[in-house]
Amino acid sequence: MTGRNAPGFLLLIISLNLAFAACARRENSQPSGLPNRVQNQPTGAQQTGVETDDGQWTMPAKDYASTRFSSLDQINSSNVASLKLAWSFSTSVLRGHEAAPIVANNTMYVVTPYPNIVYALDLTQPGGPVKWKYESKPASASQGVACCDVINRGVVYADGKIFFNTLDDYTIGLDAASGKELWKTHVGDINKGETMTMAPLVVKDKVLIGNSGGEFGVRGWLTALDATSGKIAWRAYHTGPDADVLIGQNFHPFYTQDKGKDLGISSWPADAWRIGGGTTWGWISYDPDQDLIFYGTGNPGPWNPEQRPGDNKWTCGIFARKPENGEAVWYYQFSPHDLHDYDGVNEQILLDLPVNGQTRKVLVRPERNGYVYVLDRTNGQVLSANPYAYITSSKGVDLNSGQFLYNETKNPQAGKVIREICPAAPGAKDWQPSAFSPRTGLLYIPHQNLCMDMEGLEANYIAGTPYVGANVKMYAGPGGNRGEFLAWDPVKGEKVWAIQEKFPVWSGAVATAGDLVFYGTMDGWFKAVDAHSGQLVWQFKCGSGIIGQPISYRGPDGKQYVAVLAGVGGWSGAIVAAGLDPRDPTGALGFVNAMTDLPDATTKGGMLYVFALP
Amino acid sequence: MHSKKAKFVSRNGRALLMLIVVVSACKREQRQFDPPPTTTNPAIVQSELQPGGAPQPQTSTKSPVEENANALSDGKRLFSLYNCTGCHANGGGAIGPALMDETWIYGSDPASIHSTIVEGRPNGMPSFRGKISDYQVWELSAYVRSLSGQLRKDVAPGRSDDMNVHRSEQRVERKTPQQSTIPKAAEQP
Repeated sequence: MTGRNAPGFLLLIISLNLAFAACARRENSQPSGLPNRVQNQPTGAQQTGVETDDGQWTMPAKDYASTRFSSLDQINSSNVASLKLAWSFSTSVLRGHEAAPIVANNTMYVVTPYPNIVYALDLTQPGGPVKWKYESKPASASQGVACCDVINRGVVYADGKIFFNTLDDYTIGLDAASGKELWKTHVGDINKGETMTMAPLVVKDKVLIGNSGGEFGVRGWLTALDATSGKIAWRAYHTGPDADVLIGQNFHPFYTQDKGKDLGISSWPADAWRIGGGTTWGWISYDPDQDLIFYGTGNPGPWNPEQRPGDNKWTCGIFARKPENGEAVWYYQFSPHDLHDYDGVNEQILLDLPVNGQTRKVLVRPERNGYVYVLDRTNGQVLSANPYAYITSSKGVDLNSGQFLYNETKNPQAGKVIREICPAAPGAKDWQPSAFSPRTGLLYIPHQNLCMDMEGLEANYIAGTPYVGANVKMYAGPGGNRGEFLAWDPVKGEKVWAIQEKFPVWSGAVATAGDLVFYGTMDGWFKAVDAHSGQLVWQFKCGSGIIGQPISYRGPDGKQYVAVLAGVGGWSGAIVAAGLDPRDPTGALGFVNAMTDLPDATTKGGMLYVFALP
Repeated sequence: MHSKKAKFVSRNGRALLMLIVVVSACKREQRQFDPPPTTTNPAIVQSELQPGGAPQPQTSTKSPVEENANALSDGKRLFSLYNCTGCHANGGGAIGPALMDETWIYGSDPASIHSTIVEGRPNGMPSFRGKISDYQVWELSAYVRSLSGQLRKDVAPGRSDDMNVHRSEQRVERKTPQQSTIPKAAEQP
């Protein structure tokens, strides 16, 4: 650093300190800032790390605890029937829209699937006209290494900046006011099969990002970039030696099976960890009290499990890490030696929960393998794991040893078709995030009801091409409905109510203080249901199927709005978004077989819808 | 009552039939242990618009394997071994487009498919130049064409060694190839 820059550097330190001080003040003032009703807990489940709701929606999960709860209550069950479309906006992209619209400083930010255009829409003007547009122009070849449609799960806003990932492995920082590119960092390689689809999370001065490509034999990682410069601060791999995984002396996993030196090498056949997957394409939560981030790792590669005997650490599990330097604090493996593509990347909601008469700091996770896990988030202990879907592939979780108990009759084998494996490869729930209402104490889980037939095949590793080794056919589970939207009581560990949907519920959910929950269906219905009873109270037919994440925000006019992106696609909607042939049941890794009637129910087209009371 | 003449005709007919079977089976059953080098500079025309009206002479390179059942069987195996199935599934498509339907983005003739595999295509089809031998590329191209019923039924593979996913290539409905009207690249800004 030259002397000339020193005053600037000082200023930066001062402003960072000010920012931290502001954070601390905000945290301290929490209790008084909360609406009274939020503190009355009907069931005893409490949201932790509650940030005062200023009516904005700056990150896809709404807050660090990942509640997706809006404390706005203008729209409620008594007036929701008159909810109307306020305005809409075409993204000009036709593939699957999984992103959450982000709202900050009276501006809405939307990122499209490939080619990853970011739009800033001016909420102070009627109809939300475009304030600026940023075209990231990803390499068109990157479309060829995106396993499950060319989707993107959203931007994040922090400190006057917008951060997002592109399909061809760049993380980009933009000036939120002007759309000017501040930095652009190349973090992965499409020629190894790496892409990026997740929404970043910003913790203090770090932008946290991860790679996709579990179906291409990539080596999964989580990386922290400096929010100001875009430079890589640290990277933690999810396979290989402890030094690469950032496992050091402060690593204290709860269970014996996760203890030992270099398990990321010894739990694999020789060198298989180099192409072993364990990617990070889901959700990260942050607990400011413990100063820990929590996030999961994806499936091991290839799918054919016979090619990778061992526990395949650290795939299909959850890490707690220090955001400052990335060091691992604890880890738990949901699906050791994964057999069925049960990635461990789902959202974790941070709550304070009464367990056996004691309030515990927990994280609640509707896991892909079909169980809602409640983990002590201070040490990674499994407190409970109750099924929320139809399961044949496992018998449960041993709460003493933490071991996942597979049903061996459903283990895939090469050259043999194993039938009725439930849940199917996308799990009982895939990436689509649930919402938690502190008013009802319930978790609202959008998910699917699918089973599969699977045959293992020999997978050849050719860098940059798929590394799967399986023939898969999916179909509806018991009942015939392929989707379900359910309310879950995390204290009792049981289902409260459920709505059956024809297609997988592939959209996120948002819960509001008006005691409503919003979600969308793949045939294009955007629905509001009563948070207590699950009764349908309002619906609107969008132009295309909905797989995006709904949000709610307060506009500059003081009114409450609800917004969602429509635009069918994703893994489940690939048959429409990519025009696949329904005669091949193994299309889209076997999802086509379960979705042959989707082309009759919807067409493609990316569109933002914003609703308000008249 | 049958006359001698009728018997003669029938015997001759049988012989003729045998001859036809033998002749056609000749290529079908041929094993090429030392595959000949093939030219890979086909003149491919992908547009119906040809200035001046006079169509360009199309000198499509003839595939050396399209009438050979053994090559097709190899092609089916290679389609899985080179991870083509990872993107195109068993013809229905996934990351890449379906290959069993009538829509062709970059041409349905053997030479076009050959060059698609070797050169790659801009929206995600990798270039396999230098990765797959030329003869195997022809075997793959032929197999790709069999997925939509473009080849003779007695040449296309009749069964699958793995999970039965759809009608065999031998029994698949023949689709008349059509050029894609909306190229993938034009769908997106």
